[in-house]
Amino acid sequence: MTATGFFTDTSVCIGCKACEVACKQWNQLPADGNFFSGRSYDNTIHLEATTWRHVAFVERSLQLSGQITARPFSWLLMSDVCKHCKRAGCLEACPTGAIVRTEFESVYVQPDVCNGCGYCVVCCPFGVINRREDDGRAWKCTLCYDRQKTGGEPACAKACPTDSITFGKLDELREIARKRLELLHSRGVHEAYLYGMTDDDQPGTGGLHAFFLLLDRPEAYNLPPEPAVPTKGVGASWGTMGVAAAGMLVAAVAAVRSVEGGKK
Amino acid sequence: MAECHPVGFRWVMEAKRRGATIIHIDPRFTRTSAVADIHVPIRAGSDIAFLGALVNYIISNDLWFKDYVVNYTNAAALISKDFQDTEDLDGLFSGWDVEKGQYDPASWQYEGVEVSPAAGHREMFSGEPRAERGAIIAAEKHDYTLTDPKCVFQILKRHFSRYTAEVVEDACGISKALFEKVARALCDNSGRERTSAICYAVGWTQHTVGVQYIRTAAIIQLLLGNIGRPGGGIMALRGHASIQGSTDIPTLYNMLPGYLPMPKASYDTDLQKYIEFNESASGWWSEFPKYMVSLLKAWYGPAATAENQWCYDYLPHITGDHSHMVTVAAMADGFVQGYFVMGENPAVGSMNTALQRKGLRQLKWLVVNDFAPTETAEFWRKAPEIASGEIKTTDIATEVFFFPCAAHTEKEGTFTNTQRLLQWRHKAVEPPGDCRSDLHFIWHLGRRLKELYRDSTDSKDRAIRDLTWDYGSKGAIEEPEAEQVLAEINGYDSSEQKYISGYKELKSDGTTICGCWIYCGCYKDGVNQPARRKPASEQNWVAPEWGWAWPDNRRLLYNRASADLEGKPWSERKKYIWWDEEQKKWTGYDTPDFIVNRPPDYRPSPDAKGIDTLSGIDPFIMQAEGKGWLYDPSGLLDGPLPTHYEPEESVLKNPLYGQQCNPARMEWVRRDNPYHKAWGDSRYPFIATTYRLTEHHTAGGMSRWLPWLCELQPEMFIEVSPELAELRGLKNGGWATISTMRGEIEARVLVTERMQPYVQNGTTLHTVGIPYHWSYVGRSRGNAANELTAFIADPNVSIEESKAFSVQVIAGRKRSDRRAAAGGPLNESDSGGPERDHPPVQEKPGGKHGLKAGKTELTEEA
Repeated sequence: MTATGFFTDTSVCIGCKACEVACKQWNQLPADGNFFSGRSYDNTIHLEATTWRHVAFVERSLQLSGQITARPFSWLLMSDVCKHCKRAGCLEACPTGAIVRTEFESVYVQPDVCNGCGYCVVCCPFGVINRREDDGRAWKCTLCYDRQKTGGEPACAKACPTDSITFGKLDELREIARKRLELLHSRGVHEAYLYGMTDDDQPGTGGLHAFFLLLDRPEAYNLPPEPAVPTKGVGASWGTMGVAAAGMLVAAVAAVRSVEGGKK
Repeated sequence: MAECHPVGFRWVMEAKRRGATIIHIDPRFTRTSAVADIHVPIRAGSDIAFLGALVNYIISNDLWFKDYVVNYTNAAALISKDFQDTEDLDGLFSGWDVEKGQYDPASWQYEGVEVSPAAGHREMFSGEPRAERGAIIAAEKHDYTLTDPKCVFQILKRHFSRYTAEVVEDACGISKALFEKVARALCDNSGRERTSAICYAVGWTQHTVGVQYIRTAAIIQLLLGNIGRPGGGIMALRGHASIQGSTDIPTLYNMLPGYLPMPKASYDTDLQKYIEFNESASGWWSEFPKYMVSLLKAWYGPAATAENQWCYDYLPHITGDHSHMVTVAAMADGFVQGYFVMGENPAVGSMNTALQRKGLRQLKWLVVNDFAPTETAEFWRKAPEIASGEIKTTDIATEVFFFPCAAHTEKEGTFTNTQRLLQWRHKAVEPPGDCRSDLHFIWHLGRRLKELYRDSTDSKDRAIRDLTWDYGSKGAIEEPEAEQVLAEINGYDSSEQKYISGYKELKSDGTTICGCWIYCGCYKDGVNQPARRKPASEQNWVAPEWGWAWPDNRRLLYNRASADLEGKPWSERKKYIWWDEEQKKWTGYDTPDFIVNRPPDYRPSPDAKGIDTLSGIDPFIMQAEGKGWLYDPSGLLDGPLPTHYEPEESVLKNPLYGQQCNPARMEWVRRDNPYHKAWGDSRYPFIATTYRLTEHHTAGGMSRWLPWLCELQPEMFIEVSPELAELRGLKNGGWATISTMRGEIEARVLVTERMQPYVQNGTTLHTVGIPYHWSYVGRSRGNAANELTAFIADPNVSIEESKAFSVQVIAGRKRSDRRAAAGGPLNESDSGGPERDHPPVQEKPGGKHGLKAGKTELTEEA
């Protein structure tokens, strides 16, 4: 099967949160309770074990290129989701094999296998996956595996009124994204760029199967600027350890020699 | 639009992808502004100053579409010599009748001719009602050079000449540079090759000059040639699903289906008179009798005969204004016994909710039909005045019946959208438990009433006994066959034994039945046309086989205007409907909105009657003379041209006229509906505007019981600028108390740069944004914004002004000992203060239940 994923174009997101609701409805996720955050219109704040789509509302005292306002201001809206990384920290950390790569190349947690150890939680560079307090297991976006199995598109993409969330084959999405970026640049929206589309863009994850077109630096949207799965550093760590071990050995040999030399 | 109509906004974003410029004009920076090309923060309540300046910009820079304006609008018509403008009379038009407290429109009329409008107050004319209005339309005088000082174009030019960019700065708080950017973008995008559309939502109507806001938009669109052409128009985004449908087949007191007026008790005393007063001698309304007789035949079937005037006397005859606030004021004074509330929540969504609940307490019975017991159903035990102990449940005698209703997925029927498109909705699942559709409720209620009166011999009961009510039903819950209702609406020809295929087939001899003439054809050939779902890829881009649009499946009204005088498209790019010289008929992508075989060069003879009076260059066929009205010679109660008036409660003196407010507005002068000073009331120094959020639905009946939506906007809050927060010591996430003389509420505070103050003549004006979804029951509760608002309305349509009024805001929670204003004002009533009206207007007579609105608007009780 070919890889599928999401291209989320934040330049046409209107922050309606239909994706959040459609996701909760399809996946029968509970509401997280009524909490007034005081942070713009964002009252769910971040992705959670029971919130698999989250819309960020970023108010900035900055003008967006190509937009005319009475005073410098813009409101960036962005629907966040599990990135289904090419190289997924959660999957690599999972000791039970509960987290698998599906035929759609998405990252899927099998709830009947997950034992709730939580290793995946700390290994996600985006802070996406988490455990539900009521059942202890880890949960996150499934890229609507069940809907895809019957040829459907994920609930969030289906519900998105402005096609800010586009679902499709990954190579086609990349083509759409490149064209969209080109169009925005030609219209003077110079700040637009693609986040995590390819391995080159984001070597730390090998590229994302849910990638984004953003209008400000990643941190503005609460995304890491250079995410990397923990195992990405394993080779370097082993190398460093090797150097350290070699150094220790050299030091030890030198010490022995000096002792031996002293004896002499 | 993105906030309240995210699904419709899909197409705005699609247009933007293709290069359209999106301009958003709103006091707040909303989700629409976030993706717009230009956001213009406007002071709430100052829209006519802004739009009027656009009119002035278009005329003074000579940017209007000349061929279109001269030929398709009434620009060339000469107006009565007696007409005087607001520019001459400091904010009043000629014709103010001191005794009646309203305008006499005689001086607004065309020179030597009296026309009735296609819509609006068709019954409004000078003097006593009489027949054959408009019969002499051919006598209308014109100056096609548009230079006569009495022609519409010159009057328009003079009227708006003071509406300059400087006035926009002063009145609206919009910089000259920003205004000019908008004006240029709009004009650059209009003309032969390009068109612009104006979209508005219900907020535009909720002003004492709401109708005139939309009139100003219509003037702009006519001047730019943006009506009747693809990509143009004025789109009214209605409040919720099928509100358009509930206007077409109305739940309004003053209309019958298809915009036929409800008979008036005082002069529509028999069918002949009713028809005489309402049909037009020229234009399409000359067909009026056919529509009316067919409607009466649909309702009363065999009982309706020519001898008994087709049962015309069975219809209720209205005795005055029975609109929502008029009725509730009467209710609060004990004059209304029963109240059906279906899919509405007036205890939250309507003005002055304390007064609304006072009305509910005086009823004998109340029926609420909704998903869950709303605030309206629970007023007797959970309202603020009950919680505070001021009113005791045991003292309320109202008997409340609650009926759970089916959701849209649990019933079938149609939705009519803003484009007049009917789309059939199939039932997905049976409604649970006792939940039933509205159709089920009404049909079974009607059946039981008919059963109750079956043996009655009393003539007053004939209307119920003779009513045709023979729809079939199906299933265990006996759900009526919605499609049979649609078939009746479409109409049936009893002599030819077939379904009507278009309104031109209707007759006035009783052989055709039709529930709503404009919907004729929706069940053509016995096929449910709104249920058609042919994909766009299999038909032309107008997609005439997706659903069905009234009238006659026309997707674009007045589309004759998409072609030039000779019937050729104005441009290849905007080609839509054109005259086919070979076939001798109008053709194109859509159903032509014109007499299909009338050539462009047809000119009526002086003695022509009815639709024969429409010439080949009269695209606006519903108007008596076939032209788009830049100037309204009749039909509006507050003047032939839009004029900037301040809201009832403003922070500013009217910068243009001595007359502060709309002189014809409806006021309710009552102890339980006090007003602040006209302007500069130091007790209520801030502008308030109410609105909806994407996450909730109107008064919350459909959303505040749903946890998935409640978590997204969990609490009542207000939005203020950092400047206002600083001024009043408001903390983000903290509490504020907002008050008017009607009520006092508490809310969380959201401090945001999306709200911004206006600096006008050195004074800083602040706006408080107040979402109106919350109230005292549901999973997400809070104080209701409409505790603050007042009964005050536009005179033409009796719609409230809730989008601009004055408030006070202080930090902290509401003092618990202060009650909701159930019994009277929360503050000393307004003695003194500046006058809203010129002396003659101040003489306006008061009516019953505190209504002050001029003589024709008074209610009469038996």
